[in-house]
Amino acid sequence: MTGLSRRGLLLGGAALSLVLAPGLTLIAQARPAGRPASAAQRWGLLIDTAKCTADCTACVSACKTEMGLPDHGRPATDAQYLRKVSVGNPANGVERSVPVMCQHCAKPPCVDVCPTGASMKRADGVVLVDRHICIGCRYCMMACPYKARSFAHEAQSGQRPHNPRGKGTVEGCTLCVHRIDADRLPACVEACRAQGKGAMLFGDLHDPQSEIARALAAQPATRLRADLGLDPALRYRGI
Amino acid sequence: MAEAQAPILQERDWRRPGVLAAFAFLGALVLVGLGAAWHMEHNGHWVTGMTNQVVWGMPHVFAVFLIVAASGALNVASMGSVFGRTLYKPFAPLSTLLALALLAGGLAVLVLDLGRPDRLAVAMLHYNFKSIFAWNIFLYTGFFALGLWYLWWQMDRNRFARSGRLGLAAFLWRLVLTTGTGSIFGFLAAREAYNAAILAPLFIALSLAFGTAFFLLVLMGSVRRANQEVYDRLRPLLGLFVAVALYFVAVQHLTNLYMAGREGVERFLLIEGGVYPWLFWLGAVGLGGVLPLILLFHSTFVRRGHLALASALVLLGGLAQIYVIIIGGQAYPLNLFPGMAVASSFGDGQVAAYAPSAPEFLLGLGGVALALAIVLAGQAVLRLLPPSEPKS
Repeated sequence: MTGLSRRGLLLGGAALSLVLAPGLTLIAQARPAGRPASAAQRWGLLIDTAKCTADCTACVSACKTEMGLPDHGRPATDAQYLRKVSVGNPANGVERSVPVMCQHCAKPPCVDVCPTGASMKRADGVVLVDRHICIGCRYCMMACPYKARSFAHEAQSGQRPHNPRGKGTVEGCTLCVHRIDADRLPACVEACRAQGKGAMLFGDLHDPQSEIARALAAQPATRLRADLGLDPALRYRGI
Repeated sequence: MAEAQAPILQERDWRRPGVLAAFAFLGALVLVGLGAAWHMEHNGHWVTGMTNQVVWGMPHVFAVFLIVAASGALNVASMGSVFGRTLYKPFAPLSTLLALALLAGGLAVLVLDLGRPDRLAVAMLHYNFKSIFAWNIFLYTGFFALGLWYLWWQMDRNRFARSGRLGLAAFLWRLVLTTGTGSIFGFLAAREAYNAAILAPLFIALSLAFGTAFFLLVLMGSVRRANQEVYDRLRPLLGLFVAVALYFVAVQHLTNLYMAGREGVERFLLIEGGVYPWLFWLGAVGLGGVLPLILLFHSTFVRRGHLALASALVLLGGLAQIYVIIIGGQAYPLNLFPGMAVASSFGDGQVAAYAPSAPEFLLGLGGVALALAIVLAGQAVLRLLPPSEPKS
């Protein structure tokens, strides 16, 4: 045991905690069964578009599989909770591939306009549709600046238990609340880590010790259509 | 009694072949509309022209058109009750009935186009009071209640003299109602074609024109020889409403044209957007605005047929105007990345294609037929038509 000095032990411990902290933070802040979602947390995503390649659609495929979104071969009406948008800067020719989904706004216009309250924001900032009271008016789709929602245009089959879908109601990204509540990462983030280049970072924006909060503190990121003042929980780098 | 006397009114003889044929025709159209709605609901909305890009289609065009026209159809009653023009008092019950019928027709279309029309009760039991739709549920039901009350007092000899206050309430209510309808679009920050407070007064101006045009056509179809003075007075009034509507449309577009960021959507709607500029310039401005103004104000066109033609053109042009606002506003892509060139599998950066399907059109037409059928039924069972003038 002579090779391990006190200083080395401390440094090693610090390095190990830095590696484990994000995971531990997520686990520590995840919601135990039976406890309601808390405003003490705000789940968010940081997407580094420099790490996101145009030919990789791992997040999109994972989302479709996780949420049970079949392909009817009708792109105009098929549901897409998450899509890759090719964004090119005409001034310099730089192109980025940007995953876009519900931005889980702090001030979501979809929630404002919904007549029945079916569009709602959980205490932890996740924006959802209660499909039991959605009447299918599509006003939320008119109001969303991110085109994040889809309408179930046909009868559904093969639904996933955690994502019941109903013909004639509106749906969108849930940030995989069923996974978050079970201490797991959203499907897109998990797929991006496993098959992509780890462009997506998930975590609690309210926890200054979380990896996402520290990453945002270290280097600024942008919000899509920040000018609208909706304070989305999704942040982007490189656009 | 210095109080005003209730005018002598009469019902329409429903046993006449023409009335029965009209009932049968309108009833058939309503049934076809219901069948179209069933087809869309049974299969899901993928059988329509509506998509995740153009989420409100032809049914909304008809629904908004009818709801806006409903508000304006009360003009004649308002002029009698609120502004004390006795000339219009015999026509006030018909004007009120038409307003209620148009609102019913429009709402029927709106509800039947919902993804889940069977959940209407949910919309009545769960309210989000920040939603303009939720406000409108109260505004529409309130208008029904107030309109029916107002109609009753107009036709009740003991209450007729006091119906003026109800008329004032209905007048103010419908201004708020149309403000609510316009604000459905006006308060949408997401879409560049909307997001302007001027849409509320624009919708009020459109309602005055549509409603007066509807009333004139219904009156011509209901009373063989109505008091010519009413036509003579309503003719320039309709022209004024058409001009005011054109003015608001012009200001709305000029506002957008002045804003650098909105140049694209204006270029799309006014010049490059294919069917939308055609519908705007030829339909809404030409056939629905300029031509009616010529027919209404030029001394060559003095016959009642010209007035009928002008009214019909105002309605057709109005339908084109609402189509451009609702469909054109959605067809233009959302601007998620200002200044960038974007593309995706979800239609980002692309103009959305939309072609109304037959069921959508038939549902809308069914709504118009329902409104007219209600008017006809009301005329058959209620004494609300002024007698025809003797042949001069």
